[in-house]
Amino acid sequence: MVGLYLSLMVLLPLAAVVDQSLASGLGSFWNAVTSPQAVAALKLTVICSLIVAAINAVFGTIIAWVLVRDEFPGKAAVNALIDLPFALPTIVAGLTLLTLYGNESPVGINVAFTKVAVVMALLFVTLPFVVRAVQPLLIELDREMEEAATSLGAGGFTVFRRIVFPNLLPGLTAGIALAFARALGEYGSLILISGNDPFNTEVSSVFIRSQIEGGNMPGAAAVSVVLLVVSLLLLACVTGAERWGNRHERGSA
Amino acid sequence: MAGTSRKSRWSLRALAFGYLGALLLAPVAMIFYKTFEDGLAPPLEAVTSPEGLHALQLTLLMVAVAVPLNTVFGVGCALLLVRHRWWGNRFVDAIINLPFAVSPVVVGLALFLLYGTDGWFGPFLAENGFKVLFSVPGMILASIFVSLPFVVRETVPVLQEIGTEQEQAASTLGASAWQTFWRVTLPAIRWGVGYGVVLTTARVLGEFGAVSVVSGEISGQTETLPLFVSQQFEQFNFAGAYGASILLALLALSTLLVMNLLKRKEGA
Repeated sequence: MVGLYLSLMVLLPLAAVVDQSLASGLGSFWNAVTSPQAVAALKLTVICSLIVAAINAVFGTIIAWVLVRDEFPGKAAVNALIDLPFALPTIVAGLTLLTLYGNESPVGINVAFTKVAVVMALLFVTLPFVVRAVQPLLIELDREMEEAATSLGAGGFTVFRRIVFPNLLPGLTAGIALAFARALGEYGSLILISGNDPFNTEVSSVFIRSQIEGGNMPGAAAVSVVLLVVSLLLLACVTGAERWGNRHERGSA
Repeated sequence: MAGTSRKSRWSLRALAFGYLGALLLAPVAMIFYKTFEDGLAPPLEAVTSPEGLHALQLTLLMVAVAVPLNTVFGVGCALLLVRHRWWGNRFVDAIINLPFAVSPVVVGLALFLLYGTDGWFGPFLAENGFKVLFSVPGMILASIFVSLPFVVRETVPVLQEIGTEQEQAASTLGASAWQTFWRVTLPAIRWGVGYGVVLTTARVLGEFGAVSVVSGEISGQTETLPLFVSQQFEQFNFAGAYGASILLALLALSTLLVMNLLKRKEGA
């Protein structure tokens, strides 16, 4: 039953996409993927997702650190707020950013219909991944090691680099991969704020949508398969990082 | 710790709060302000218009169908993964997270290719008078796809943690498999399952991409609340877009509250 449900709901539809992408042979698959507009869209998607993953790595770790190691009033509320991007519908996320950073911006920052807007929307929807992946590892981290290092004369940065960072690495890797995968396929938060301008601010998912509307199913399917393959690789990365983290845990226990 | 660490603590705090404030808090505050700038009436009117009410109704219908199905599947799948060792486990384990890795637009395309007029099942469905695409069944299928892994993911770790001792005790004392599940297993995993259900609900409520591709976005017919938001925005009817957004945001905030409550219960 479980297998049937999973096959019917998930595998069969995805099989139809792969089938459609290859229906007219490998040659037309390649042509569809390498058409200038598809390449531009894929390039923008990958570059923006990389930038987003990198920013998440830095700020996600900082936020997790502040939430675990710092004490301040309202900490529980801030902690709960982190999950807001997961709860908030993506279309609302895009509209929300547009009210503050659009052409009627009350703070004078207008990024609407630019690549900056794409990055910003992606940052919004991927915010929780790294924070939530790093947080539990920070909580479990043994502070005695850090204290020992400090008493032996190591500075704050050295302690972080040599002791804290290696212990956070499995979670950080998983969090970054998840954020990257999410950014690659994101759609809802982008359509209002990015302008969906081909060769400029059109990401792959928006490109796929426009191909569907234009009736070009093989073209839409081909780019979809590229996204699918990259996501699958990233998923394998996450599973690997999780195993690595579990081994770490057992090793230290 | 010494003086330098105090300084670095303040700068870390400033970075974290600055980032959260600029990216999350300020925009959300701004949309609340924008919505109620001219009072309560305009957004309220837009949301209670026939199209608005229909969108709300349809959104709730998505939740009412997709969430129970994915919950039953999720608990069953988690039990299978944790309690039974068979060859298919590695396979199920590998593909269960797939929906999280697939772009919503690709989900929409996939359903198009299955149920569209030229799709695998298209001709059969047309002959028998079923309409999946551009109507509610297709939208439900899209909602099921995108929210499928949540309950499984939240239930598996809880099942692993509670172990099998109590279940074994129950069956030694003569309980049937069904009784053991209802009386022993389910009460022990209920907070984990509940957490998964909340996440599933939030995702179904807010799903945009997949539903928008398969629905055809017919106003007053196949328009859920998130689609209503974009439709109103594109027609420059900002009161409607903001009003429906706030409604969705409030639903999201209550989801957050429930999530936190469940997390605390799970920890206790």
